[in-house]
Amino acid sequence: MNTTPVLQLKGINKIFPSVHALKDVDFSLRAGEIHALLGENGAGKSTLIKVMTGVYQRDGGDILLEGNPIFPNNTGDAQDLGISTVYQEVNLLPNLTVAQNIYLGREPRRFGLINWKKVNQDAAQLLKGYDLHIDVTLPLSHYSIAVQQLIAIARGVDMSAKVLILDEPTASLDADEVQSLFRIMRDLKARGIGIVFVTHFLDQVYAVCDRITILRSAELVGEFVAANLSRTELIGHMLGKELAELGEHKAQTNENRDEALLTLQGLGRNATLSAVDLQVCKGEVVGLAGLLGSGRTELCRLIFGVDKKHTGTVTFNGKAVNFSSPRDAIDAGMGLCPEDRKHDGILGQLSIRENMILARQIKQGWWKFISRKEQEEIANQYVKELSIATSDIEKPIEQLSGGNQQKVILARWLAANPSLLILDEPTRGIDIGAHAEIIRLIRKLCDQGLALVVASSELEELVAFSSKVIVLRDRNKVAELEGNDINPQRIMQAIAAS
Amino acid sequence: MNLTKNQNLRRYLWPCAGLLVLLIINAIIAPEFFHIEFKDGRFYGSLIDVLNRAAPVALLAIGMALVIATGGVDLSVGSIMAIAGAASAYYITKGVDNLAIIIGAGLLAGLIAGVINGLLVGYMSIQPIVATLILMVAGRGIAQLMNEGQIVTFDHAGFSFLGTGDFLGLPFPVVLVIITFIIVQLLTRRTALGLYIEAVGANPSASHYMGLNAKAIKMSVYCVAGLCAALAGMIAAADIKGSDANNAGLWLELDAILAVVIGGASLMGGRFSIFLAVIGALIIQTLTVTIILSGIPPKFNLLIKASAIIIVLLMQSPRFQQQLSQLNFWSKKKESNRV
Repeated sequence: MNTTPVLQLKGINKIFPSVHALKDVDFSLRAGEIHALLGENGAGKSTLIKVMTGVYQRDGGDILLEGNPIFPNNTGDAQDLGISTVYQEVNLLPNLTVAQNIYLGREPRRFGLINWKKVNQDAAQLLKGYDLHIDVTLPLSHYSIAVQQLIAIARGVDMSAKVLILDEPTASLDADEVQSLFRIMRDLKARGIGIVFVTHFLDQVYAVCDRITILRSAELVGEFVAANLSRTELIGHMLGKELAELGEHKAQTNENRDEALLTLQGLGRNATLSAVDLQVCKGEVVGLAGLLGSGRTELCRLIFGVDKKHTGTVTFNGKAVNFSSPRDAIDAGMGLCPEDRKHDGILGQLSIRENMILARQIKQGWWKFISRKEQEEIANQYVKELSIATSDIEKPIEQLSGGNQQKVILARWLAANPSLLILDEPTRGIDIGAHAEIIRLIRKLCDQGLALVVASSELEELVAFSSKVIVLRDRNKVAELEGNDINPQRIMQAIAAS
Repeated sequence: MNLTKNQNLRRYLWPCAGLLVLLIINAIIAPEFFHIEFKDGRFYGSLIDVLNRAAPVALLAIGMALVIATGGVDLSVGSIMAIAGAASAYYITKGVDNLAIIIGAGLLAGLIAGVINGLLVGYMSIQPIVATLILMVAGRGIAQLMNEGQIVTFDHAGFSFLGTGDFLGLPFPVVLVIITFIIVQLLTRRTALGLYIEAVGANPSASHYMGLNAKAIKMSVYCVAGLCAALAGMIAAADIKGSDANNAGLWLELDAILAVVIGGASLMGGRFSIFLAVIGALIIQTLTVTIILSGIPPKFNLLIKASAIIIVLLMQSPRFQQQLSQLNFWSKKKESNRV
């Protein structure tokens, strides 16, 4: 293999107003290799890619392309320099033809006019090289995502790419399609193109990649040769803490754990989650472990009725239930803090007070208006109880820090007085102080008799409060750990399936 | 605590200040502007005229404020005015004398139109601007069919009262605006509906996770907008004692949207205030009067109106306010002194 780096990033820093998104990150890509870029959500993968492709400007560090420093200002610049990107959602134009898409902005011309015949001929010829024998005069949207992705790759490579970045290209492909994508990737590698491969599927990393770079919490963990890195080590690097440093299981067991509150039997949904069995008792915290895309979030959504189940039964509070919307789940006594706080959680323009009382108000019904005075009492009570750092409950919630926003969302559900609270990644993207407070709060709520289901990618966190840990992998439940089995090693082994 | 209170106050300050400035300009140009006289049990004066003429747009703006708060827009309200007027006229010319039936027909027409908009936007997820464009175009056609292509005139003392009567000395259209305002205000601010509407507009996804039924909420705001438009349409018909399908409420949907925007609402949805929407409607009407009073040739009317609106909107934009304060030499100096 050629060992000269075609693309080299040195000491890259990227600082956003509220977060330091990349801290002195190095990355080096050789010509003719497939290099995996791994990390959990928020680790800095997408930021790093956006810096490479000119979407973001770096705040420090150097980018060298074939040894020369480059300063791409936008994706067009990066493309001209030879860095092409293909995203999970194909960013071509669905209503133009395949051929038009491939030659968009660089159409072959004759007498100043576009030579459509040549466009179509060249496009067909180009795609043949990728084993794609399709009608290039049909609109792009006529073809499956897999084909569209190959077309995007063909376009990118044809524009003289030296570096090809594939950002989660396999997320919406089936097994056969993934195999043909891998064939193309190996072809391109043989032609000397350097490929950056971003994915959440570890099998795929080991199937095609030569080297692996891992990021965690905006920092570089390291660069590894794929063949020398075991799965368990890999997951250890992604989720944090080396195996040796991990602590003991600290979760307390609860006395009234025999009273089953929620029982799932074979709960599943086509294409998102295979049958899951689970029992949650009063005063118990059940942790959901697994990598991103393992089915954690999907399970939370299914329980709460955001998505409709296709198989299985749910028993809650001794009654068989079949939720068709979150409203049903809320009325039955559940609450859910979603993973994506900004998109699914906060009502940005509305005040802290309004954000806090809304779930309770909805549960009561619109005509039983909670008076302004009562609203203020509720809000002030929770601001104090959860020590939310704000001087004013009338402030728009978007002006709070991530940790305080998360506390407001927690307060929103506590005010609705649920018997089961589902928290999907409650500590993502919040600072260390608030992180610890939220973990303490989870323990306290559990002591007060509330049942919680908490999905998290942080193992220490799960170990710290769970009395039972469910491990999910590839949309299947693969392990249920209790008692002394709840330790980071066991969880990690279950995630890695070794 | 003062900071947030100031922000809320500022929301009300700019539109109200704008209206006040226009009124003062009017009073300077025409000293008799504020003169109000009580004659035959009724108030007369330019100010009363402004209120009376602003009534249809104010009614539309009340409904529009709710629709815009959910992140939508209703382009069909002008056409709904025409339909409602035609529906009432239809019964009057058929010889129906019962006022409840005549008014009921108009309101029902508005409600049906609102339900159609609500179905298209809420339940079929069609973009509001497209969904309501359908009825904006089709509505006038429907009204023309109801009028059989004619301008239908009628004489019905009871119905005409809607447009020309008075109550407690105030023109009846103004009374109708006040009543509608109070009902909608109670409905949205003394129940949780107002908060629900703002929640759906501020973040539809988060609202869904909290169990809000966005479809039903959207349906209800388009129904309110339809009813408000029907009321405005009947006032317009009663005023001219006729139903003109081509011209009743023509382009008033744009004035209504403008009124809501002048009132400081964001077209992206979220916070709303029907009080400010009504102030917006008054600003538009006052401005029209200002132009007439100042004796500027009528051909400049539209341009002056547009310029005044740009100024009002700029004054409300936080970014513009910021830039303005940066331009301000005095405040810059003060800041540097502080450093």
